Amino acid sequence: MNVRKKKKVEMRNVIRVTAAWVITLLLFFPLGWLFLTAFKTELQAISVPPLVIFSPTLENFHEVQERSNYLQYAMNSVITSVVSTLLGLMIAAPAAYSMAFFRSKRTRDILMWMLSTKMMPAVGALVPIYVLAQKSSLLDTRTGLIIIFTLSNLPIMVWMLYSHFKDIPNEILEATRMDGATLWQEFTRVLLPLSLGGFASTGLLCLVLSWNEAFWSLNLSAAKAGTLATLIASYSSPEGLFWAKLSAASLMAIAPIVVFGWFSQKQLVQGLTFGAVK
Amino acid sequence: MAFLQLNGIEKYFGDAHVIRGIDLQIKAGEFIVFVGPSGCGKSTLLRLIAGLESVDAGSIVLDGRDITLQPSSKRDLAMVFQSYALYPHMSVYQNMSFALTLAKVDDKIIHEKVERAADILNLTPYLQRTPKDLSGGQRQRVAIGRAIVRAPKVFLFDEPLSNLDAALRGQTRVEIANLHRELGATTIYVTHDQVEAMTLADRVVVLRDGKIEQVGTPLELYDRPANQFVAQFIGTPRMNVMPFKDVEPLLELLDLTPSEGGFVGLRPESLSVAPAGAGQLQAKVEIIESLGAETLIYLRTDKGVQIVARQTARTPLHVGDAVGIQADMSQVHVFSDTGRVQRSPVTTAS
Repeated sequence: MNVRKKKKVEMRNVIRVTAAWVITLLLFFPLGWLFLTAFKTELQAISVPPLVIFSPTLENFHEVQERSNYLQYAMNSVITSVVSTLLGLMIAAPAAYSMAFFRSKRTRDILMWMLSTKMMPAVGALVPIYVLAQKSSLLDTRTGLIIIFTLSNLPIMVWMLYSHFKDIPNEILEATRMDGATLWQEFTRVLLPLSLGGFASTGLLCLVLSWNEAFWSLNLSAAKAGTLATLIASYSSPEGLFWAKLSAASLMAIAPIVVFGWFSQKQLVQGLTFGAVK
Repeated sequence: MAFLQLNGIEKYFGDAHVIRGIDLQIKAGEFIVFVGPSGCGKSTLLRLIAGLESVDAGSIVLDGRDITLQPSSKRDLAMVFQSYALYPHMSVYQNMSFALTLAKVDDKIIHEKVERAADILNLTPYLQRTPKDLSGGQRQRVAIGRAIVRAPKVFLFDEPLSNLDAALRGQTRVEIANLHRELGATTIYVTHDQVEAMTLADRVVVLRDGKIEQVGTPLELYDRPANQFVAQFIGTPRMNVMPFKDVEPLLELLDLTPSEGGFVGLRPESLSVAPAGAGQLQAKVEIIESLGAETLIYLRTDKGVQIVARQTARTPLHVGDAVGIQADMSQVHVFSDTGRVQRSPVTTAS
């Protein structure tokens, strides 16, 4: 490679890296701002021009904990997201299995129909679902939220597992059957180990989606079954906006899932780019 | 009574009628080869026997037991797939022992059986490897090992050699033949390669469009094909099949008239090249393929029909030379205009 060419490549790399940093900072800015504000007093939080250097305080966290039971909300979030994810995987796996390995003429249509339900704005189904929840006394219960989370994530789960299963050659499963495996053995001894990555990324993504879900939790739950999303929302309420406390509550709400996401990045990326990158 | 019986098997894929009434009796210990062009239904028929596809009509009886509606796992058959279909997450040992583990066979017996199979197939050094660390030929042997460890009633092979290179294919073919001789297991083998069919089979089943064209030993099919399709499918180069009107000089010798309509068939080795003017037909040399042990001479007759002659001697001829063709009239096949055989050679070629 000659010198001029080398310089050209270097130049291109510099531009790329700079662009990547700019975009990253842009995306990170709200989070960084949130982080800073959480440690300010209410007065510092609304000061113009905004303060970047200040003496941090933990007062907001203390107040949030005092005003509302953080642990209860956190527990609700953990239970609803984990249970709905497990339940979803249990329903999605057999559906994806039959679609991937026993295709029929209508398989494609069913998959598209499932996806199309995600295109409808959730608010369109709010009234019927609210009434259904009310009539079956599921309002403000974890069970109610779990059912809703499971159903709303199901199309994505089926799609993701379907695309992972499709990468497994049918002949391997046929060999399993020839070797005398029952359906359950076929699943546990061959299909599950071969698609463990798929199950992990699907589960992780749905866990994050359920954790962050705000629309249904705000509308169907309150003090008893409310998740962290409802806790955050309660700080932008009638009493006025308390930026510092809102930030502190938000930070406490997103912290667990951010830490969790940090450790499972690899699986998440694999799941989000499913089919596109192999 | 036959060991494996297929009675009136039918199969549809949507509107496509892919298997049309197959009746076949297979004896215990027989090596049966299904052969035919692509899309003839040979693989489908094998998958129907394996239980991987459901039968639309007819029945399959194995060793006196009707298995038509049994799932694959209950049929006591083992299959070697074209892609080998090894379990990528298991070692060679686990791959080979999987069926026995599922059947809850004692660990010590499993160990013995796997060791013995590995020994037969020269896999002992590789037992702890996973399939991705094996060569194509080794994977092939693991797939076969997985089948023999189970000692099933019938072995099913679905084009097992098509992913191997030519040299390895020849070698593995010999190994499979040896294995069958040693184990004496009933085997059904699907291939589109007629050399595999001819070399491995006790009996060959020639299929076309979902129907059996002929069943017989390899030499029966070669010497006495039941119709024009089988005659031309078995043997390389293909049998020369010429319409009556183009080979009038031959018809007189056969007491036939061109008006009857039909075809004359002659294997390349039944034709020899004579000096121009001699022999029954006149032709020009088009292509000469000198293969060393044999020479193939492609000729164009004065009626415009291309025929090929095979001889063991080398030839001084050149492309464009005018020659005569001498046919061995004792080796003539005659087919009706619908392709059914009307006359076969009286004595078989030596």
